[in-house]
Amino acid sequence: MKRSLPLAMLLALSLAPAARAANEADYKAAYAAAEAASKEAAGMRNQWTVTVSTLAAAKKAADGGDFDRAVAAAQEAEALAKASIFQATSEKDAWKAMEIR
Amino acid sequence: MKARSALLLGSLSATLVAFALTSPRVIAADKVDPVADAKAFQNFYFQKFPDVKHEDFVNGPYSMNEDMKRQWQEKEEFPPYEFALDAGKEMFATPFKNGKTYADCFPNGGIGIRQNYPYFDTKEGKVVTLELALNRCREANGEAPYSYVKDEMASLTAYMAFTSRGKPMDIKIPDDPRALAAFENGKRYFYTRRGQMNFSCASCHVQSPGERIRAEILAPALGILNAMPIYRSEWSGMGTTSRRFVTCNSQTRAVPLEPQADEYRDVEYFLSYVANGLPISGPGARP
Repeated sequence: MKRSLPLAMLLALSLAPAARAANEADYKAAYAAAEAASKEAAGMRNQWTVTVSTLAAAKKAADGGDFDRAVAAAQEAEALAKASIFQATSEKDAWKAMEIR
Repeated sequence: MKARSALLLGSLSATLVAFALTSPRVIAADKVDPVADAKAFQNFYFQKFPDVKHEDFVNGPYSMNEDMKRQWQEKEEFPPYEFALDAGKEMFATPFKNGKTYADCFPNGGIGIRQNYPYFDTKEGKVVTLELALNRCREANGEAPYSYVKDEMASLTAYMAFTSRGKPMDIKIPDDPRALAAFENGKRYFYTRRGQMNFSCASCHVQSPGERIRAEILAPALGILNAMPIYRSEWSGMGTTSRRFVTCNSQTRAVPLEPQADEYRDVEYFLSYVANGLPISGPGARP
């Protein structure tokens, strides 16, 4: 019994997936997705400044070889771009609620 | 049989009459009605701020706060826009290389006409602002256009506004569906939320005029363009209407449009029209 616990822990640890560092391919995929969403927002004339700056931060981190940071920034930029697309879409009608009548 | 036909015909006629009576109302609900919009817009501010004289709304935050108003009135003895005004006057009178001047491009030689801008150009089918007309004048006379946001453009518009001080804003909307569409588009832009802050122009200038946003007192939207261009202490210099729109967008964390984009021209048309009757007070000075 005393031996089985450390063995079980060792087994569990060996089976647990190790956290893998992001590589360039991960970054490129994340950046492409973010860039596509950002372009869609710009096409709706509703780009956010923070999307642009976060995309730039992703590129800068990747240029410096920090792909973990680059992927995280690209994913954040994608989320921001998608939020701006949602805003532009919902505001097509929602603006009327603010109108002085 | 005759009675049945008469009954059928009667009920059909009644249905048609009922339809004819109700359908205009349905259409009216969606109809663009600038006159009604302007009336509602002005009434909103007049009722919200019953102690503010109507002509005082053009003084922006100073109409909302007595202390600020007193400070501003003292500052007006040596106004910060004076250098721009002098420069604008000189530029306005200086001939282009071809010998013509700005006066040749505008009605009444460009003097006392600020209250008629922007206008809807039925040939082009678009709104033409004073800033745009000035640059078009330059280009038509072989000169390079100026930046729309500050410096020379601010000086020129400052001088033209000064010659129009006190004249009531007088924007026309011709009986042209494109003009009505431009007005409606401007209205939509004004009320649409944008940027990460999720703010529309109305969030500050309709919902919160007179309130503080950090150290500033928010100006009412009514008459906000009558004071343009303005010297802003925050900018340490002059800025045009274009600059105001661009910085407003940036402050909400929205990427600004290019100066004189259709949307900006349309929102200027909307805001100027709803301020019809209020005096031109530009150039202005703001914190």
